Amino acid sequence: MNFKHKYFFLFPGLFVLIGILIFPIIFVVRLSLSGWNSYNPGLDYIGLENYIRLFTDDPRFWESFFRLSFLSVTTVILQYVIGFALAHMVWKDIKFKRFFRVLFLVPMMTTPVIMTVIWRTFFHESLGPVNDLLSVFGVAPKWLTDPVIAKFTVIIVEVWQWTPFMFLLLLAGLLSLPKEPFLAAAIDGASPVRKFIYVTFPLMAPISIGAIIIRLIEASKIMDTVYVLTSGGPGTSTETSSFYIFIKGLREFQMGYAASMSFTYLIIMIISLTIIAKVLTKVLLKE
Amino acid sequence: MNKLYIFLKYFFIVVWTVFVVAPFLWALTTSFKDFQSVNGGVTYIPWVDFEPNLEGWKVLIKSPAKGGVDIIEPYFNSMFVTCTASLISIILGTLSAYALSRYTFKAGFVKNNDITFFFISQRIMPPIVLSIPFFLFLSSINLLDSLTGLIVVYIVLLMPIAVWIMVDFFNKVPREIDETALIDGCNPYQAFLKVVLPNSIPGLIVAGMFCIIFGWIDFFFAFILTFTEVQLLPVKIVALNSSVTPWWSLSASALVSVAPLIIVAFIVERYLSKGNLSGAIK
Repeated sequence: MNFKHKYFFLFPGLFVLIGILIFPIIFVVRLSLSGWNSYNPGLDYIGLENYIRLFTDDPRFWESFFRLSFLSVTTVILQYVIGFALAHMVWKDIKFKRFFRVLFLVPMMTTPVIMTVIWRTFFHESLGPVNDLLSVFGVAPKWLTDPVIAKFTVIIVEVWQWTPFMFLLLLAGLLSLPKEPFLAAAIDGASPVRKFIYVTFPLMAPISIGAIIIRLIEASKIMDTVYVLTSGGPGTSTETSSFYIFIKGLREFQMGYAASMSFTYLIIMIISLTIIAKVLTKVLLKE
Repeated sequence: MNKLYIFLKYFFIVVWTVFVVAPFLWALTTSFKDFQSVNGGVTYIPWVDFEPNLEGWKVLIKSPAKGGVDIIEPYFNSMFVTCTASLISIILGTLSAYALSRYTFKAGFVKNNDITFFFISQRIMPPIVLSIPFFLFLSSINLLDSLTGLIVVYIVLLMPIAVWIMVDFFNKVPREIDETALIDGCNPYQAFLKVVLPNSIPGLIVAGMFCIIFGWIDFFFAFILTFTEVQLLPVKIVALNSSVTPWWSLSASALVSVAPLIIVAFIVERYLSKGNLSGAIK
């Protein structure tokens, strides 16, 4: 094909994206080497001081990072299990198939922060329906103010919000599977459980990996749910990395330090997601 | 065995359905409550537990001067930003995706797959990393707190999605149709516009739906990059939350904001059932 034209197709998109992104990324790196804060807003040069502070003197950043890992891995595992179960259930003929498919997709279409505002009233400790119904059993968990339970509240909200996305990807995958292996299994008289373990699941492995990685990427950005639901509290018990960087950078205006954190965070994200992708590919495809 | 399986299946579906629907039902009933029925204990059923009224819905259309919640302007702002950014992302993303699907690129060690990966990998970027430079950058060119600034930022969020879906879609559109068009005397642009695009409408619709979803539900950038001049819907509604908790108008506005995207759920389901989404995942 003609070689000149291909650039006309590719370049507008590529250059717009690079054009918008290149400045911020270079700027983050440069900013991270400066002591920009509200008293001293300017791009001075203080070397690696911010990074030294980050690695030696800021346990709160690392705590928030481990909390983020815990939250995102837990939610993604739950989303995968539930999403797969739901997709498998509405894959074949059941009554009102399309109704359930649409219904299961709906939470994904709703704005997370707005639904979180609703969830906040839902889990309200004295005026919310959850504790009202639970009072029958004489328990009243502090959904938003107990350091441990608040984490699970975040997980519940995240699972509600994003299981539909997992469901969508997995159902699309199931619908695209070839029919022959299932016919063969049916002829061999395989039970539903065996059919799932030996036919459906292996065929779905590549799609599962893709879906899990996509969801991990999105889950690692959890921030607005936390902001609205608990504001990182009580204390710092639901604070995630993004939220901590947000507080340092755009609330306390320690721009330089926040930039060094966000750059470190970006590098950690890229490395860990690459490793997770490699490991998952190995585990799911070899077995 | 089989009966148990079917029972468990329907049991699980019912439980999940209740879980999905519960917050919506709660919001719907709360939107008809008044101060007494919110703060005087938990109430569920209208006319039985509490006397419903339309106050929560009325404040949505009142002017702010009369104590109303002005969500009409944020609503249109949100729609404008989402649609414009989606449209630009789709146009640019589709062109790039077409190039990546049909031609081979090579610059040193960079090949087609690497370019595609570059586009898609922008989703990995945590929004917070971009927010600080964007904040300083937009304020230096006076685009902070403006629709244009937001649209620029949203293009970065949405174009990866458009490229991701369209590359896979174009890979499924047979190459022969563009080759036939070229032999028939079209130039590459005509072949693209007149032959390839009309055959890609399902892909374009799916990509468009995804762009609209991810544009409409964004809160973070709107929250950081706008203040008073321009307000988007999510920011406006979250701001309601921090005041005295008027749960009724909060619930009503939440439902109003969520409503348009329910239509998107129907469209996505339709294309899903037709099998048009399957290629995008692999």
